[in-house]
Amino acid sequence: MIHVENLTKYYSDLCAVDCIDFDIHKGEVLGLLGPNGAGKTTVLQMLTGFLRPTSGSIRVKDLTIEENSLQIKKLLGYLPEDAPLYHDMLVYDYLDYVADIRELRGSKKLSRIRYLADICGLHEVMHKPIGELSKGFKQRVGLAHAMMNDPEILILDEPTSGLDPNQIVEIRGIIKQIGKEKTVILSTHILNEAEATCGRVLIINRGKIVADGTTETLRQAGSGDYIINISIENAILQSVEKELTSIDGVIETTHVDNDEDVLNLKLTCRSSRDLRGEIYRKIKETDWALLELYQETQSLENIFRELTTEN
Amino acid sequence: MRQVIHILKKEFNGYFISPIAYIVISIFLLITGWFFFTAFFIYNQADLRNFFVLLPIIFSFVAPAVTMRLFSEELNTGSYEILLTMPVTFRDVVLGKFLAAVAFIAAMLVPTFAYPITTSLLGQLDWGPVVGGYVGAVLLGASFVSVGLLASSLTRNQIIAFIIGMAICFSLTLIDKMLFFLPQSWLGFFEYLGADFHFQNISKGIIDSRDLIYFLSVTFVGLYCTHMVMEGRN
Repeated sequence: MIHVENLTKYYSDLCAVDCIDFDIHKGEVLGLLGPNGAGKTTVLQMLTGFLRPTSGSIRVKDLTIEENSLQIKKLLGYLPEDAPLYHDMLVYDYLDYVADIRELRGSKKLSRIRYLADICGLHEVMHKPIGELSKGFKQRVGLAHAMMNDPEILILDEPTSGLDPNQIVEIRGIIKQIGKEKTVILSTHILNEAEATCGRVLIINRGKIVADGTTETLRQAGSGDYIINISIENAILQSVEKELTSIDGVIETTHVDNDEDVLNLKLTCRSSRDLRGEIYRKIKETDWALLELYQETQSLENIFRELTTEN
Repeated sequence: MRQVIHILKKEFNGYFISPIAYIVISIFLLITGWFFFTAFFIYNQADLRNFFVLLPIIFSFVAPAVTMRLFSEELNTGSYEILLTMPVTFRDVVLGKFLAAVAFIAAMLVPTFAYPITTSLLGQLDWGPVVGGYVGAVLLGASFVSVGLLASSLTRNQIIAFIIGMAICFSLTLIDKMLFFLPQSWLGFFEYLGADFHFQNISKGIIDSRDLIYFLSVTFVGLYCTHMVMEGRN
């Protein structure tokens, strides 16, 4: 669907995007992740044709951005960061204007505006000036704007920034709904969001792609260490540490805290096997009382931190 | 071309949503009305010379006030990004905004029809210069609007856009009044650059191709430069 090759962007001397290559397939929901200033917005702006790349090429279907930017713009829906809209206009007037530009006419235009007002929940604010709306509503108007032409590719720049938790859930729901049929590209620096909505994640740092894959494959690509938490009653710290480190695969035990008689420990494990059974059997041999034993999944946050701070 | 009309419609309506239109129109009518009618009864002549003589100076600050927000506001709020990622070309945007401002200037002139009408009731009015004057006013307005549009595309600050636009328009208006500073051989050239010189010709009722070409070329240069600024921006 979209093919990006050697994409580079310099702002005078500053390199914002450095030789990026990637492909996006039809029906994918792609999350662009990265710390602030990593180049996410620049990549999106180049995809929409708003910024001209310093070098490299972008192809959408069989169209290139240099020659067919108008046709590409017709395929795209774009929501910029913070939804910068015309503050003086009424919501309805604005959507009507966007529909005109998107070449929708007559009854088709009305039914499209009504449909978007339904799924974005805009009916109650239809006749208010955009400048008077709360941030969440502005974002929804922006989303309605982006979806006006029923685009094949929807590009959203931080669609949930600044929204309250309820609104975030709503917007994510809408994105998921759209993502069933359309290609969606969204940027975010909230990792849960990428996990909750995106089938595939692209992590960018300092203008370069540092990871590409589903959230599952990214987890596995991490260092391979995982953590098991246990809580034990009726035991002495030293002997517990001695017993547990004797298990093959347990690298380190960290004592978290003591509440009354309970010992809470974190075991760092490096093993392709599941060590929980072995740990349980080891404890069963003693007279300690096992209160809790669970494996922590390697969080995406850790992977993100590893990937974006090491260089 | 359809996109030009959609943008025109949106920008033109935009003037009347914000208070800017009402303020600019009232100031324009107040100033022209005051200067026209105070002198009108002194001269005791049934013509509109006093109105048209002042028009270039008044337009020099009215036109930039009309155009200052067209690009600056979009650049400032970031809606420029939304505008350009819709299926429109730079040409559509420039023409749409330009025509909206010209339409606004024309709408602003409509209430001044009261002057020739009242004058014609008071005495024998020669309609030739009046028609010429209005044609000239629209042409003058169009060229100043294109200059103001260029100024607006240069900055995200509306006040700076207004001042740049006003400075250029005033220079064009006053350049042929400054001719005594210049060597003889330059006179013709600088006189030709003066907007006021060409406007006064038209407002005498003589529509000369040289004057038409002047206004159309100023307009074209203004719009073309605006287009270049937009292209250069990203």
